[in-house]
Amino acid sequence: MQIFPFLVVAWIVAVGLYGLVASRDLIHQIVCLIVVQSSTYVLLLGIGYVTGGVAPYFYDISPHAKAVDPVVQALALTDVVVEAAVTALLLSFAIQAHKRFGTLDPHELVEFKG
Amino acid sequence: MTPRQRLWLFTIAAAGLVACYLWAFAGLPGFGNYPGPYGQEILKHAIAQTNATGVVSAINFDYRGFDTVGEEFILFTAAAGMSVVLRKLRGEHEQRAKSPYDRDLPPTSDAIRVPTLALVGPVVLIGWWLASHAQTNPSGGFQGGVILATAFMLVYLSGEFLAFRRLSPVALLNGAEALGAGAFVAVGLAAVAQGLPYLDNFLPLGQVPGAVSSSGTIALISFFVGIEVAAAFTLIIGELLEQTLFSSGGKIPRNPPIRDPLASRESQGNV
Repeated sequence: MQIFPFLVVAWIVAVGLYGLVASRDLIHQIVCLIVVQSSTYVLLLGIGYVTGGVAPYFYDISPHAKAVDPVVQALALTDVVVEAAVTALLLSFAIQAHKRFGTLDPHELVEFKG
Repeated sequence: MTPRQRLWLFTIAAAGLVACYLWAFAGLPGFGNYPGPYGQEILKHAIAQTNATGVVSAINFDYRGFDTVGEEFILFTAAAGMSVVLRKLRGEHEQRAKSPYDRDLPPTSDAIRVPTLALVGPVVLIGWWLASHAQTNPSGGFQGGVILATAFMLVYLSGEFLAFRRLSPVALLNGAEALGAGAFVAVGLAAVAQGLPYLDNFLPLGQVPGAVSSSGTIALISFFVGIEVAAAFTLIIGELLEQTLFSSGGKIPRNPPIRDPLASRESQGNV
């Protein structure tokens, strides 16, 4: 099943995108965006996997043990931080939209035109 | 644009996305056969060069330290941006809103208060431990900082919003955030001052790989990142909580007789 991890990635993207398109609630859409982005963690860790490799931490094992790629793991950390920042800002924009227009439905927001 | 037209537009774009995805996946190395030479080279040399047994931390805070400076400032900017976006609205709101202390207070059940308050100590300990052990174990400032911030959340969950605000005054949090972010940059500049490249690992590396005192600047930077992240997340959460508490339908803090400056300003606005 060489391709299975990448199918999981595609599935997570598809589920998140469906939610983004079908949802009528800004908060729900932000959650869907988080789902889309979380596919990148699976993708990064899936790409960096080396068959038979351990996690790149050598506190109690030989430093010469075969390990998975540590660079993509570091990139996954960056990914998480960016997601937290983006989510925080999007949530504050959603609060602002609700205060100004009294609704979180994106279809109605379009009609108001700020 | 009608919803129907929008759906059609999405269908066209999604077809393009699927095509690009399939194209990209066709070029990926097979699962388990990643050939990336950069990571394997780092694995070969990281422990000898840095005395850190956590290679991911060595990459984050040493090999790609400059990248992590940018990463930290993304979080810094998000916290600052949030207070800017929400500030004006809160000002508008305060003129109209009743004081939150004038409402009925449903008391938080002791079944919630006791465990949450009892968890504060252990959570602080775990967060501190994670933030200060990046060089040895799967941990680091980012992970530890987020867990430290949840300690403040536990205080809030126990129903003590005022205690939450007293424990985490915004001025102090802003200071801590600036200190954490600034110290990271300062460690890099300290290397430059000695004629080394920016963020070069100039501190003594220690004798034993995996010791807490080993790895030079990696442990130090990780700790500062922990402070910055804990402060940034507490600021972000506090900002969102205030939006809930001071608008209609929100939960109300306990202990109405204690008045803080925010409350007295609001009641004056109502007169």
